[in-house]
Amino acid sequence: MDLRRFLFIAAIIVALFAVVVAVGAGHETPLVIIVSMLATTLAVATPLTLGALSGVFCERSGVVNIGIEGMMLTAAFFGWFASVYASTILKMDTMPSLLVGVFFAILTGALMGLLHAVLSITFKVDQVIGGTVINILAIGITGFLNRQLFFEKNGLFGGQFPHAPGVLPAIHVPFLADIPVIGRVFQQQPITIAAILLVFISHFVLFHTRFGLRTRAVGEHPRAADTVGINVNRMRYINVLIGGCLSGLGGAYFTLQSVPSFEPMMTNGRGFVALAAMIFGNWTPIGSWAAALVFGAAQALQINLQFFRNFIPPQWAFLQQSYVVGMVPYILTMIILTGLIGRTIAPAADGVPYEK
Amino acid sequence: MENSLQPLPEEKTPARVQLPGWIRAMLIPFLSVLTAIITGGLVIWSAGGNPFAAYAGLVEGSFGSVKALSETIIWATPYIFAGLAVALAFKGGLFNIGVEGQLTLGAVAAALVGYGLPKVVGGPIPTIIHLPLTILAGMAAGGLWAAIPGWLKARFGGHEVINTIMMNYIALNLTSFLLNGPMKDPNPMNVLARTPLIAASARFTPIFTGLRLHWGFVIALLIAVLVWWLLWKTTLGFEIRMTGASPTAARYAGVNVQRTIILTMILSGMLAGLAGAIEVTALNFRHELGFSSGYGFDAIAIALLGKNFPLGVVVSAILFGAMRNGATRMQFLTQIPVDVISIIQALILLFVAADAIIRWIYHIRATGERVTLTRGWK
Repeated sequence: MDLRRFLFIAAIIVALFAVVVAVGAGHETPLVIIVSMLATTLAVATPLTLGALSGVFCERSGVVNIGIEGMMLTAAFFGWFASVYASTILKMDTMPSLLVGVFFAILTGALMGLLHAVLSITFKVDQVIGGTVINILAIGITGFLNRQLFFEKNGLFGGQFPHAPGVLPAIHVPFLADIPVIGRVFQQQPITIAAILLVFISHFVLFHTRFGLRTRAVGEHPRAADTVGINVNRMRYINVLIGGCLSGLGGAYFTLQSVPSFEPMMTNGRGFVALAAMIFGNWTPIGSWAAALVFGAAQALQINLQFFRNFIPPQWAFLQQSYVVGMVPYILTMIILTGLIGRTIAPAADGVPYEK
Repeated sequence: MENSLQPLPEEKTPARVQLPGWIRAMLIPFLSVLTAIITGGLVIWSAGGNPFAAYAGLVEGSFGSVKALSETIIWATPYIFAGLAVALAFKGGLFNIGVEGQLTLGAVAAALVGYGLPKVVGGPIPTIIHLPLTILAGMAAGGLWAAIPGWLKARFGGHEVINTIMMNYIALNLTSFLLNGPMKDPNPMNVLARTPLIAASARFTPIFTGLRLHWGFVIALLIAVLVWWLLWKTTLGFEIRMTGASPTAARYAGVNVQRTIILTMILSGMLAGLAGAIEVTALNFRHELGFSSGYGFDAIAIALLGKNFPLGVVVSAILFGAMRNGATRMQFLTQIPVDVISIIQALILLFVAADAIIRWIYHIRATGERVTLTRGWK
């Protein structure tokens, strides 16, 4: 991730913030708007960040993963189901139920990762097709179980829609959150904070540990790695499983942190946007996070414009249309992916099954 | 080292039954469907249902009567177009996940020309002009929508998988905007996000009275033949397949690879747009939000199950159409949610894509070389 890329990202984020500041001018001070935008950006970038990190681990080891969307969707469902089950059937308290939910979301992600690993490493299935299988399977499983468990008369909850335990409460980061006005940026829910920490942990693991070196070796030149005694397929399995866990935590964001409910197909393409962030971030954790923040900012624009809906000047009336603003993150993804500034390079053995 | 010059002893292979080629070609898809149906039965059973009753309901609902058969074909028709769209792109080395968006915009454009053109012209238009124009509008919209990711791929190397998916979401937002705003049915009774009905001059007439079966199916079959002819009997088709098999080789052979990539995406998008246009002109006579959800992913499974061959796509599309159509009856009779069909379809795709699993279960040896479908991020 070079300086030009960071500047490009910074420019887009500033532009997106400027739109909201301009629209809200005269109703709120710029500082309050910027703080609000920053806080929202960090929060909504969470699944993108985790999805991108998931992609980084898989692809650095040589396995293309376009199934992140499906992994997150499945994890969102099972995490939510586990938390509801814990609170209504096992009568657990709110916080333990939510933690059970997060645990099961990560576990689900790991299992989906295992499926992808079996398909792409053991059975050497075309990895893009394998990822598509996971995405379609996820829609089928979650749609089927959602209806079967929650909406059928003879279902688990007797046709009564169960009461969800709510969402994970925000954590008050000591000192930082006490700063007047800008302290609000640091009032974030746990998965967001975990995602930011994981960005730096992933960077350290990939570039400063033996495990990371081996991961990158099997992704760049598996034969050379094999020659020096690294078990290529084992490394790939481990990394795809790590990727699955990260996707699983990203899935937990949707049903345990963002809203306390599940809707079919609620991930809404976030897994694919995360992939684009990974590519623009040149397969590095920090770069991917920066790119994820751009998409987060585009979404924050949409959310924050809702507050100022009635103040939007008539010549900017198109900004009132939520569908028009809703296109922005996806259009941005395409523009950024087009590689306006330099091309990124995928790991050399990305997507190629290893044959001894 | 005289020994090294000796011919190697011939490898001993056990006597094997040689099946005719066309049976061997169909073996893996057939076993994939079978295995998926068995696995789906286990899912139904574990969810507390009776798989035999469920499948009996499925068959009754899809083939049990003339009306059921007609509905199955109605379901299969857009699947044929959409499956052909994905298959054609695969032949050209492109993975078009954007069929969903291309199909939707095709339907929107067809609806717009269908109800809007008479108002613009200021009077009725003869069917012989209006209907073809409506269909062409749908194809053009689909082709244009697919041309963008095609161009981005050819010119900048932007990967079509992500770009076509992004185009799906943009299309969804655009359609929601249009159908809730400028194109919304102005009838004061209407609360739905849908267009007005298209003019009678832009509609197909039914084939039989009393059945919803429409000419779209016949057109779909003709288009399947046309796609086969294009891919295997024309120079353009040869260039598309060559670019798909190896862009480098195609470039050395003098093929304009960039142009071929864009053209392949346009043709693929036109087929998807045609699917939407036919739904509007022959079945619904308007476009309503959300009618097409899921077609894009189903089309991928259909193309792969049909081995990207037009006849295979037609047969797979009818199978998928039958499952979608029969599922309602199955749910009515056995209370098994229709969504179980999505699981079975995903499993079919899984087994078709991972034929190694099927070979491993049924002890079938691999034959021939592997077909390259996609190429990572390159």
